[in-house]
Amino acid sequence: MTATLDTTLSLAGALNRALADALAEDERVLIFGEDVGTLGGVFRVTDGLAARFGDTRVFDSPLAESGIVGTAIGMAMNGLRPVIEMQFDAFAYPAFEQITSHLAKLRNRTKGQVELPVVIRVPYGGGIGGVEHHCDSSEVYYTHTAGLRVVTPATPDDAYTLLREAIDSPDPVIFLEPKRRYWEKGTVDPQRRSPGLDKAVIRREGTDVTLISYGGALGTTLEAAEAAAEEGYSAEVIDLRSLAPFDLETVAASVRRTGRAVVVHEASRFCGYGAEVAAQLSEHCFHYLEAPVLRVAGFDIPYPAPNLEQHHLPGVDRILDAIERLQWDDAAPLDGEK
Amino acid sequence: MTTTERTAASYFLPSDEPLGLVTADGTPTPDPALAMPADDVLLRLYRGMVSGRRFDTQATALTKQGRLAVYPSARGQEAAEIGSILALRPQDWLFPTYRDSMAVVARGVDPVEVLTLLRGDWHCGYDPYRANVAPQCTPLATNTLHAVGFAHAARVKGEDTVSLVLVGDGATSEGDTHEALNFAAVWKAPVVFLVQNNGYAISVPLEKQTAAPSLAYKGVGYGMPSVLVDGNDAAAVHAVVEQAVARAAAGEGPTLIEAVTYRMESHTNADDATRYREKAEVEQWLTRDPISRLKQYLTDRGLLDDKAQQEIDARAEEEAAALRERMNVDTELDPADLFRHVYAEPTAALRQQAAELAHENTEDQA
Ligand SMILES: Cc1ncc(C[n+]2csc(CCOP(=O)(O)OP(=O)(O)O)c2C)c(N)n1
Repeated sequence: MTATLDTTLSLAGALNRALADALAEDERVLIFGEDVGTLGGVFRVTDGLAARFGDTRVFDSPLAESGIVGTAIGMAMNGLRPVIEMQFDAFAYPAFEQITSHLAKLRNRTKGQVELPVVIRVPYGGGIGGVEHHCDSSEVYYTHTAGLRVVTPATPDDAYTLLREAIDSPDPVIFLEPKRRYWEKGTVDPQRRSPGLDKAVIRREGTDVTLISYGGALGTTLEAAEAAAEEGYSAEVIDLRSLAPFDLETVAASVRRTGRAVVVHEASRFCGYGAEVAAQLSEHCFHYLEAPVLRVAGFDIPYPAPNLEQHHLPGVDRILDAIERLQWDDAAPLDGEK
Repeated sequence: MTTTERTAASYFLPSDEPLGLVTADGTPTPDPALAMPADDVLLRLYRGMVSGRRFDTQATALTKQGRLAVYPSARGQEAAEIGSILALRPQDWLFPTYRDSMAVVARGVDPVEVLTLLRGDWHCGYDPYRANVAPQCTPLATNTLHAVGFAHAARVKGEDTVSLVLVGDGATSEGDTHEALNFAAVWKAPVVFLVQNNGYAISVPLEKQTAAPSLAYKGVGYGMPSVLVDGNDAAAVHAVVEQAVARAAAGEGPTLIEAVTYRMESHTNADDATRYREKAEVEQWLTRDPISRLKQYLTDRGLLDDKAQQEIDARAEEEAAALRERMNVDTELDPADLFRHVYAEPTAALRQQAAELAHENTEDQA
C-alpha cells in the first residue's frame, strides 16, 4: 500500500520512499551499487531498504562502475528492472562505455526487441564543499546520447514522483540527483503523478522574462526571481525536470509570452545545456524575442576546489546581472557593456 | 587462509598443458577428468564444423562480391565455436562477439539475419529472444558483463539458465573482462566464460597481450575454476563446456575456459595478416586443423565413411547455396525505421525529424 498523503520529507527521504514503494509494488525492481546495502548509500538514499527487502533485492556490488551498469543491462534483458547507484557524478565515467554503447542503443540495435528499463541514479553537481571528482555536472554527456532519458528533480515531491515514473519507464533513465538539494524539505504526495516524465513545469509565474533552470541551480534561480521582482521585473521560472527529451512546448510558450529568456545552470557554459536551449529558442521563438537568449552558467573550468566553488557557481547576482542585460528600454546597459 | 581454502586455490589452477581428447592426427588420448562425448554428439560436432566452415567461406566470398561490407572469419576456430554451442541446453543464452557468426548460426539463428549486421542493413538482424542469443558485440569485452547480469537475473527469478560468453584473447586485457569475472565469482552467477585464444588481437600477438602463464590463469585470482583446453579439439571443448554448464546450473558458479586455437584468415577481409605473422606459423597450424582431426578419429572408429561424408558435404553445400541466393538480392530499407526504435515512443523532436527526412526524400523523388 502506498501510504498517507502529504508527508514532509527531505529530497533524499523522498527518493528513499520512492524506492521503497517501487520495491514493494514490483518484484522485478532491484537495487544495487556501491555501499547501497547495509550502509544505505553515502547519502542514505537507500537507507533501511536492504533490511526491509532483503539482500536479494537490495545489495552491495563489487566496486566497479562498468560492472554495475553492464550487469544491470544483462538483468534488464532478462526481465528485471534494476535501479542502480553511481556513488558520485565523476565516478560514473568508468561506466560511460556501457551507458553510451549498450544501455542507450540496444533497443535501436535490435529494432525494439531488447528493452532496457534501467534507472541509473547519479548524485551530481556541486555546492556541498566536496573535494575533487565529487561535484561534476555531467548532464550533457548523457543528454547528447540518443536513447537515454535524462531527468533531474529539484523538489522533494518531484523527487518522489519522477523516480517512480523513471522506474516505470520502458526506456533507460539517467536520474540526476542534485546533491545540494538532498536536505531540502517539502511535502510529498505519493499519489501524485507529474504531467509526464518529459514535461517541464512552471515554478513561478511572471510576465517580463523567462528564467529556465533545473536541478541544483533551481533554488538560486527562484531566489533571483524574487530579487528581480523588487527591482521591477516579473520573472517566470521554469523547472525543466527533463533534460532529454527537452520540453520545447512549455518553454517556448512561456518565452513567447515574456519575450526574454535566461538559462541558468551550474555546469560550464561552453557546449552546455544552455546552448541547446538558446539554439532551440532562437529557432522557434525568434520573432517573439526582444533580446538574445542569455546563459548564466559555471565557468569553463574544471570544477574548482571547495573553497573556491562559490565563485564558480552562478549566484543570485549573476542571474540579476543577466536580467539587467536583456535590452530593457528603461534599463541602462551594465558598466563596461555597450 | 585456512587449509581448505588453500586446497581450493590449487583446485582453481588450470593445467600447464591444454586438455585434449583427440590428438592432431586423430588419436584418442583419454583423460580421466573428461568424458569423451557420445558417438552421436561427435557426429553432430563434425557436421556442425563442416557446415560452419562452409558458412564462413561463403561469407568471405560475399565480401568479394560486395554483398557484405566486412566479415571477420572464424576459419580454424570451428572446434571452439561449434564445440561450445552444442554443449548448451535450449534454455541457455549465448553472448557472442563479431567473430562468432558461425556460433550464432549453429545456435539456430537464420544466417541471413546474422549477416544483416555485416551487410550494413541494421546493427542486429535477429530477435535475441528467439534463439537466446544476445546481439553480437563489437566493443570488446562488454558482453561479458551482460552475460553475468543476465545469468544473475535468471537465478533471482529461479530459472535454470546459464550464460555462455565468448571473448577473444585481446579482450581479456579490457577492464570489463576483469569486472565480469569478479562479479560472476562473487555472485556465483551461472556463467561460462570461453576465451578463444586465436593468437592475435588484430596484429598484436598473445605475448604482448599478457604476461600470465596462460589466459586460463586469469580465473584463479577471481576464485573460479579455470580450464585450459585444446581449442582445435571439438570433443574436448564440448566436454569442458558441458562440465562448466553443469557446474553453473548446479549453483556452483562460473568457470573460465581458455581454448587455444588459431585464426587461419586475416582479422577481417580488410586486414593483411602477412604483415604481422609468418607463413610457417600459419602452415604449422594447418596440421592441427579441427575438422580433419575429428574426421580422422571418426573414420578410424568406423563412424564416418565416404557416403556419410558426401552427405555431410552436400548438406553444407546446400546451406551455402541457399544463403548465397538469399543474400543475392538488394534489400529495401525504410528510412522511417531510423526514428522508430530510439525510445519506446518517438519523442516530439524525433517525430519532427522523421517528417523532415520524409519530406527530403519526396523532394528527391520529385
Ligand atoms: C573497446 C574496443 N577497442 C578496440 C576495438 C577494435 N578492435 C576490434 S577487434 C580488435 C582485436 C580483438 O582481438 P581479440 O579479443 O583477440 O579477438 P579476435 O578478433 O581475435 O577474435 C580490436 C582492437 C573494439 N572493437 N573495441
